[in-house]
Amino acid sequence: MGWQLIRGYALLVYVFMFLPVAVVVLLSFNASQFGSFPITGVSLRWFGELAQNEAILRAFRTSIILGLLTALISTTLGVLASLALVRYRVPGENVISTLLIAPILVPEVVLAVALLLFLNFLGINKSFGLLLFGHVIFTLPFVILVVQARLMAIRRDVEEAAMSLGASPVQTFFQITLPLMLPAVLAGALFAFTISFDDITGTLFWKPGGVETVPTQIFAMLRNSISPEINALGTVMIVMTVGLPLLGAAVARILSRKSGT
Amino acid sequence: MSSVTLRNVVKRFHKFTAVHQINLEIPDGAFVTLLGPSGCGKTTNLRMIAGLLDPSEGEILIGGTRVNDVPIHKRNLGIVFQNYALFPHKTVAENVAFGLKYRDVPKAEIPARVQAALELVQLPHVGERYPKELSGGQQQRIALARAIVIEPDVLLLDEPLSALDANLREDMRVELKRIQEKIGVTTVFVTHDQSEALAMSDQIVVMSAGRIEQMGSPEEVYNNPASEFVANFLGASNMLPASCTALGPQGASLEVAPFGAVTIPAQKAERLGGQGLAQLVLRAEKLRVLHPDEAGEGMLTAPATVETVDYQGQTVRYFLRVGGRQLQAINMIDDRPFEQGAEVRVGFFAKDASALPTEAK
Repeated sequence: MGWQLIRGYALLVYVFMFLPVAVVVLLSFNASQFGSFPITGVSLRWFGELAQNEAILRAFRTSIILGLLTALISTTLGVLASLALVRYRVPGENVISTLLIAPILVPEVVLAVALLLFLNFLGINKSFGLLLFGHVIFTLPFVILVVQARLMAIRRDVEEAAMSLGASPVQTFFQITLPLMLPAVLAGALFAFTISFDDITGTLFWKPGGVETVPTQIFAMLRNSISPEINALGTVMIVMTVGLPLLGAAVARILSRKSGT
Repeated sequence: MSSVTLRNVVKRFHKFTAVHQINLEIPDGAFVTLLGPSGCGKTTNLRMIAGLLDPSEGEILIGGTRVNDVPIHKRNLGIVFQNYALFPHKTVAENVAFGLKYRDVPKAEIPARVQAALELVQLPHVGERYPKELSGGQQQRIALARAIVIEPDVLLLDEPLSALDANLREDMRVELKRIQEKIGVTTVFVTHDQSEALAMSDQIVVMSAGRIEQMGSPEEVYNNPASEFVANFLGASNMLPASCTALGPQGASLEVAPFGAVTIPAQKAERLGGQGLAQLVLRAEKLRVLHPDEAGEGMLTAPATVETVDYQGQTVRYFLRVGGRQLQAINMIDDRPFEQGAEVRVGFFAKDASALPTEAK
């Protein structure tokens, strides 16, 4: 009886959380101009209009470039930082580790304002580079956490064995260490991409005038009117941010099954 | 194949000195074991020979060439690790072929060399499998194959048997020795297991607290220990306080309570400096427990009381009270073991004892 209650309650919580998302997805296929139930007909009209909308396409391009660059830079830095922290004795290891993870702990608004004020103080103008820099800062902790955990599980003697067999440290990294931590590296890169792709708070503060990412574009459109295009765009966003990690997890699983770890 | 030489090697970790001034000469083709309890510096020594640690002082030579500044991947060594350290993402054949890629081995020759190595470790059919599909003993054989296929100058074995279970360990011990003899590679073996050391080595180096306690053949180290530590680390020994009354080329005479006067062979008393206080070393296997009315022909005997009986199947270990001190005896069982509290006699032959100077404590 007690369990039934808890189960029912949990179900209600999920419905409360996911129903709005479901509504957005449903309405994006609605043929009518006005978002209301019952749906008057199923159509891909709003997706079509989306594909015609220059501003949205531009925002999409910006978001994807930003996300890819963020993923690339964050993952590279994250892998290097993890290697240094796990494999070498670095003075002030704990402090560095805490500082690198700190962006997760600080509220994003605070981080966003702080970075903006700091760069104002230095007399640096807002630019795409700055936006990228900001995204790297707060995606880096996720990469480091994932990669570090994996790296700790890779036994040092496997690398030592490779070196004893004649592989230089660099060859050992590319032959042994990197393949063994590849699932974590890919997961970290995906994290970085989706977090960057999704982000609105930091982006609003850091983006230079005239540059819009998909979330800020939606935000701007919402201020004018509630166009059904937004539902379609929302659906695309949901598919991307949910689908990519799932795809990534599947790839990682296949990779690790192959490597037998 | 090469000799290995350590000259005045010291290794410090911050303020802790792990290895003190080690001098060691390992001849070409020898099987030398570094034996000692954990923390005695044996693994540190091995890692310095391997190039995984830099010595703080001193020189390491392989084949007569100083290698202090040669990085590990240029030393041409085969290392077998305690936990196999196989590459989990490569097949067995790829694992074994790994070292050949970095040597001037023609590509076409690699599969044959890999196969030969797998045959040497008696696992010719597992090349296509992944390491996790093999048992622990098989994985360790593959690790050995991977280390020897490159024809290393020196083979370093870092407790390679301790991750295996007891029966397998003994099989692998025989196997390892067979392969080492077949290829004749200079081998440094690190272990804390005295029976492995005794069974496999040409030379045993007993280490304690970063220093070498004794170096010698298994028989020497076993029968004529150089210190109380060695006597007790290789099996159980009784240390009896004694006083030396005469020391000469024909032997050493000692007074040992409650056994009386003992004369032991000169080479077993070579560490005595002269007359005076000494210790008589008597291995637990050499102390016999006798019936109270047994004569013990040719033995030195004394009355004793059995305090504890530790039954081990084919042998039994007794703790006995003899003249106010506790002695250990490990005897084969002929009939049935003596019981706790039994009044017995203990005895030993003078030739089985050795003598050491009293150690400053």
